[in-house]
Amino acid sequence: MTETNALTVLQPKDFKGKVDPDWCPGCGDFGVLSSLQRAVSELGLKPHQILTVSGIGCSSNFPGFFNSYGMHTLHGRSLPHASGAKLSNHEMTVIVTGGDGDGYGIGGNHFTHTSRRNLDILYLVMNNQIYGLTTGQISPTSEVGMKTKSTPHGSIELPFNPIASAITNGATWVARGYTGNVKQLVSLIKAGIEHKGFSLLDVFSPCVTFNKVNTYQFFRPRVQPLEDIGHDASDWKEGIEKAMEWGEVIHTGIFFETNARLTLEEQEPVLDEGGPLAHRQLGLDTEQTERIVARMM
Amino acid sequence: MSGFDYVITIGGAAGQGIATPGNILARLFARLGIHMYAYNAYQSIIRGGHSFLTIRCSDHEIRTHGDVIDLMICLNQDTMDRHLEHLGPNTSVIFNSDTIEPGKAADGVRLCPMAVTEIVGKGANKLMQNTVAIAVTCQLLGIEFKALEDVLNFQFSAKGEELMAMNVKVAWAAYEHSAANFKPASQQAPKPGRPLAVWAGNQAFAMAAAGAGVKFYCAYPMSPSTGILHWMAANGRELGIMVRQVEDEISVICMTVGAAHAGCRSMCATSGGGFALMTEGVGAAAMMEIPIVIVNVQRAGPSTGVPTKTEQGDLWQVLGASQGDFPKLILAPSSPLDAFQTIPEVFNLADKYQLPAIILSDLLISDETSTIDPELLDMHPLIDRGELITEVGDEAGNYERYKFTDSGISPRALPGIPGYEHVVATDEHMPDGVLISDEYTHPHKRRAMLEKRQRKMDGLLADLPPPAIVGDADAEVTLVGWGSTAGVIQEAIGQLAQAGVSVNHLHFKWLVPFHADEAVQLLSSCKRTIIVENNYSGLFHRYLRGETGFTVDGHIRKYDGEPFKPHHIVAAVQEQLEGGETLSVPYEEIIV
Repeated sequence: MTETNALTVLQPKDFKGKVDPDWCPGCGDFGVLSSLQRAVSELGLKPHQILTVSGIGCSSNFPGFFNSYGMHTLHGRSLPHASGAKLSNHEMTVIVTGGDGDGYGIGGNHFTHTSRRNLDILYLVMNNQIYGLTTGQISPTSEVGMKTKSTPHGSIELPFNPIASAITNGATWVARGYTGNVKQLVSLIKAGIEHKGFSLLDVFSPCVTFNKVNTYQFFRPRVQPLEDIGHDASDWKEGIEKAMEWGEVIHTGIFFETNARLTLEEQEPVLDEGGPLAHRQLGLDTEQTERIVARMM
Repeated sequence: MSGFDYVITIGGAAGQGIATPGNILARLFARLGIHMYAYNAYQSIIRGGHSFLTIRCSDHEIRTHGDVIDLMICLNQDTMDRHLEHLGPNTSVIFNSDTIEPGKAADGVRLCPMAVTEIVGKGANKLMQNTVAIAVTCQLLGIEFKALEDVLNFQFSAKGEELMAMNVKVAWAAYEHSAANFKPASQQAPKPGRPLAVWAGNQAFAMAAAGAGVKFYCAYPMSPSTGILHWMAANGRELGIMVRQVEDEISVICMTVGAAHAGCRSMCATSGGGFALMTEGVGAAAMMEIPIVIVNVQRAGPSTGVPTKTEQGDLWQVLGASQGDFPKLILAPSSPLDAFQTIPEVFNLADKYQLPAIILSDLLISDETSTIDPELLDMHPLIDRGELITEVGDEAGNYERYKFTDSGISPRALPGIPGYEHVVATDEHMPDGVLISDEYTHPHKRRAMLEKRQRKMDGLLADLPPPAIVGDADAEVTLVGWGSTAGVIQEAIGQLAQAGVSVNHLHFKWLVPFHADEAVQLLSSCKRTIIVENNYSGLFHRYLRGETGFTVDGHIRKYDGEPFKPHHIVAAVQEQLEGGETLSVPYEEIIV
């Protein structure tokens, strides 16, 4: 697998990590992992060109199961780690993986600001509306009334709406997938990676152990791809409207996308020429240092 | 002290433009080759309050703002009312007599009233009183007008010809008025010498990092560390440094870790409150073995504390930063120059040992403005990135990121190289990066990996210079200090020597890892040890005792927000020698 011949087309299995996933049998995350493996192989990417970054949680174990460079960071802190890495080496394809608690709860502040910052990153959130690794408490996306170990009488807080939030905060590509619809999911992941800018892909990924409400049976009759109903993804108002719908019909697909904004990397003059910062020579030249000292005199 | 040594203070409210005359005088003295050290006592307010800038100038290098006031510029009545009664004979007091009434002064205080409206003309900018005061100061010190004119032109050049000409005209009128009406200052400035440069403490940190090859700097504004961000932001594009202000200090440290992992030398800075938020990231860098440099500019705490005042209060915060037991480097430089000269080495050590390095500064160092010999500003230090893999080699396909080695250092491959794919994790892991935290945790593997990381501390300690005593080995008293108190301790030792008391100095810069054996040996050889700290409970003494088992004889502590002055330490040492006191808490005379 160390062959780096550009003509070699890698198969999804070439993106299998050093160990197999430790997720529960039936976990929705399996479908996300295999969809990502398919998507990157179809895009012709190589493992060394990808950096997968996660926080902490079941779905955040993702980098260990995926063959690429990886960072398995702190709970809620995947996005800033990924942002720093992307700015340091903007030639890498950076994919952030994690869950709803990690990204929308403890990492909510970073989610807000990374959305508006518009770095060229795909944020893949496996949303199961529950805290699984801590054995079943409500998450920011749990529905009102949800009974868990921390809400034995039912949740009384409104769930967080990641799609609408991402749109209002300035994300330039916002979509939702469902792990039970692999075909759509692969195409969404490919589109998200190819989009230049911050892409949020929120994926319904049922927790078969702790969430007895939002199950495959719950989603299967409800999910409706936006591409089937003629949604205009260039209209952010329409995107938010669709994001607010939750009931008998729950939309998947691309809610909003725009190419009208430059990425942070494109706007940052330091990255204009000279390649990734990480590859540049260290230290200053004499002309630079003489100028600095002259200003002090 | 023989020779020229003169202390000028400027008092006024925030918003009255104290910074400008301060900057003008600093540059003026520097260009004349006169050494200068400035300390500003101020508050966390945009308009109002009482700011009191002390500018000490001398014909020799100085590291404190001194003990006395020789000249006071009052920009408002409040300054006059607060300080006049504390001034001794031969002190000159310059004030705008249109708006400020002098109070009762001691015999010999030289009042220099300036009718500013008469000199400047009606309707002129209120800030002109600052130019008037500077001109009078120069005249009293016997500084040629041409030198002032040059600096005024430099200072106001960006604001247009008209303002430049106006300032020079007003300055000349004030200079002439002073010559005709006031007695010269108690000391006269020396003849011009080789020009010096001017810098601020935080600038020294930023310049050192830039020279050391920092390519990524990230921060959230927090006094008194913000000066580093400002310098980086002003110079980053020209120097090819990515500078980002982000949502909070958690993001700051995580971006710094991410950037460092991808290959940039990366740094961030904050003050204690921000550092508290960064804490978890310190452990993340240590666990993933990613080199980062963090500057914590201490201010008076706890919590929001006194944002504009100094303290050495964060030692145990940085010692204990992040859960778990792991290697890190902690140091406290003693001056801007020390920081400037040490920081490149800190980057090399962080790279070599792949760990977080924490530099403890404080408001006193970071906020000071001082002259510096430009010959000392070598911005081309040795850069050594340690065992870094940047291209495909023999290990491609079999690379182990956390390979077991005798040194504990595992060669670090940067992301992007084919055949070296690996995951760095904050979970405990095996040499190949695979986690042992969730499934099949393994006590032997855990122990081996933890010991691998900790072995790095042995090499690191050996790379650090051991502490040393400065001065007479047989001295009656040894003053022990750490970090920013070095300058004031040195000056106090000079004063004590003149009073016939022989004192030497043991100063600690490298705190973790700690040369405990050498420290015990040195301390045991001392006759009487007194430790000087800018905090309440002797935080460094507690650390020193923990590392060495050695208990010092006496303590000098200050925790009112203002830094030590030399005479505080002199009086405390004398008190302890004569009266057998073991704890001295100096009284702060200047109320701001």
